Amino acid sequence: MRQTSRHLLLCVAVTLGYAAMSQANSPTAELQVRIAYLAYTPATGPLLSNVIGEPTDAGLRGAELAIADSNSTGRFLKHAYRLDVAKHDDSESLLEAATALHGQGVRLFVVNAPAATLRKLSQTLDDSLLINAGSSDDNLRQSECLANVLHTLPSRAMLADALAQFLAVRKWSRWLLISGPTEDDQAYAAALRRAAKRFGHQIVAEKAWSFDNDQRRSAQAEMPLFTQTKEYDVVLVADERGDFGEYLPYQTWYPRPVAGTQGLTPTGWHKTVETYGAAQLQKRFEAHAQRWMNDRDYAAWIAVRSIASAVSKLRQSDAAAIRTLALSDQLPLDGFKGRKLSFRSWNGQLRQPIPLVHPRALVSNSPQEGFLHPSSELDSLGYDAPEVSCNLAASS
Amino acid sequence: MRIALLAASISLALTSTSSLAATAYVSNEKDDSISVIDLATMEVSATLEVGMRPRGLLLSSDNKLLYICASDSDRVQVMDLATRKIIKELPSGADPEQFALHRNDRWLYISNEDDALVTVVDSQSDEVLAQIDVGVEPEGMAVSPDGKWAVNTSETTNMLHWIDTSSHTLVDNTLVDQRPRHVEFDGDGKRLWASAEIGGTVTVIDVASRQIEKVLTFQIKGVHPDKVQPVGVKLSADGKYAFVALGPANHVAVVDAKTYEVLDYLLVGRRVWHLAFTPDQSQLLTTNGVSGDVSVIDMQSLKVTKSIKVGRYPWGVVVTP
Repeated sequence: MRQTSRHLLLCVAVTLGYAAMSQANSPTAELQVRIAYLAYTPATGPLLSNVIGEPTDAGLRGAELAIADSNSTGRFLKHAYRLDVAKHDDSESLLEAATALHGQGVRLFVVNAPAATLRKLSQTLDDSLLINAGSSDDNLRQSECLANVLHTLPSRAMLADALAQFLAVRKWSRWLLISGPTEDDQAYAAALRRAAKRFGHQIVAEKAWSFDNDQRRSAQAEMPLFTQTKEYDVVLVADERGDFGEYLPYQTWYPRPVAGTQGLTPTGWHKTVETYGAAQLQKRFEAHAQRWMNDRDYAAWIAVRSIASAVSKLRQSDAAAIRTLALSDQLPLDGFKGRKLSFRSWNGQLRQPIPLVHPRALVSNSPQEGFLHPSSELDSLGYDAPEVSCNLAASS
Repeated sequence: MRIALLAASISLALTSTSSLAATAYVSNEKDDSISVIDLATMEVSATLEVGMRPRGLLLSSDNKLLYICASDSDRVQVMDLATRKIIKELPSGADPEQFALHRNDRWLYISNEDDALVTVVDSQSDEVLAQIDVGVEPEGMAVSPDGKWAVNTSETTNMLHWIDTSSHTLVDNTLVDQRPRHVEFDGDGKRLWASAEIGGTVTVIDVASRQIEKVLTFQIKGVHPDKVQPVGVKLSADGKYAFVALGPANHVAVVDAKTYEVLDYLLVGRRVWHLAFTPDQSQLLTTNGVSGDVSVIDMQSLKVTKSIKVGRYPWGVVVTP
């Protein structure tokens, strides 16, 4: 009992500490930097695999921590960072809230929303800088780049390439590809097909999961027959919501591993990432949020940190100046991933190593050794300059 | 019994006759141990068990005591090198990583990585003298030769924090490149060298004005610039050279300490962390975290002459005569 109350007290103290830091509107600050966090995450619909829920504040807690981290530098430079939060259940209300914040003078936004909402926000807030920490949509990085948007969440192409490189190293080159019915699942499957082609894999069979075969059987019971195809080395699954994919491991017709959205998963961040100082970031986040840091949290964290790093360097918070600096090669970012991170000048995507994980361990980190690139090995993941039709650095 | 004693004293006499050769102590981060290297034979002569995740190491000015940052044990341990026993543990604050000893041989300045604090401990009375708020993830720590300044680096705040040792207050901050890891004063205390791991640079600062004098960059043929991650820095006593450990670039840069020109890059083991000279300055040792060994650089020829296998993830290194 005593233990519990002491622990509770500690939690409260920690929370208060962060609240105090994130509201660091110290009157002595010479530069006040306001960053708004905009979130709209549509409901996924009913899921078969719903035993372990996902945190509902993913992203937000990362942004909060980054504000506290940034105020630590700000304190010494007399810069004060403040986070405004707008979280809504539909796209329209979020747009309204964003417009209101814009009216108050906010020009720096971190957005955790689907691609369609992001496009609208980008149009409405056309004199602002938006950092996308919520959509992994490949079109936004390839053919439909938004001039005022940078991306810190890895694209689906980056995730798929990271996985395909590892599978090439393991020589698991015959794939069975199973995809779910949603648009997002189809986009993930498309990224996997592209990666297969890039890294010399062969998709020996493709199946679409619908689960309308025999409703008297469970998904688990369905899987062995469902995966009875031409022989494969590995099953690739595209099920972003986590509807059926969790039932694939150990239930495949051949005794083969599962990878993709379930099984061995490529992701921007995971609890098991610990080297290169990551353990310290994980500890700070866990003290702040009372849970593990996930890829959304990381994307929002590094988004705010990118803005703050640019502000520290520029000694001002003008959105256009931050964008120009971010797209140049003069803003090395410390993302606890073992090397400096930076934004691709052509599409504004944060180049970064991609951890490959299973739920309780780090399996590998891509890019894999030997996948060379003329300028940066990190650019072997995702859409490289010659493959995209936009050039952000040229359009300002 | 008497024979045993006699034998013991003979063997003691034997070891002390080889005292011309120095002894190196290397902390093994993932083995919770210290490897003892006899530099006469260039072999590990003993492995000593210490606290969890030992990283920073320091010697008392008489070389009799070894201070060890046992990061995951949240304490600084003090080892008597004559008996190789831990004689006491100092209250260090949480997660001590690097530290520095004041010239008075008493005040230890310790970085508490998880708490954004520098803790000052009196190593004789075991008292905590002060705790000073610094930036997020404090790491590198150095005290100026005249004892006036203690300088700390904070890795996420990207700053050097100047602590006045007479009042133990923070009086100035210098913004440097991303992830500053290590600071080192030169022999006469006129300049401060600070490495930035992610920025890939070393900043040289004029101590009197606390202004940046030079920012060094490094380019190694065949190594991607992103892998050039400066960590440990050591300056030769004659004031000629600075040596910079470049982390996963697996090289140590040799810098002309007067002109700041990079003279050479020496290939060492994988992920090179920290450096230490032998007392006669004839050799420089490097700890190589990933390859689990220590490289020996001959100062006359500036060539790597030997690598010595130690424990897992060697991190800090000090050498006694």
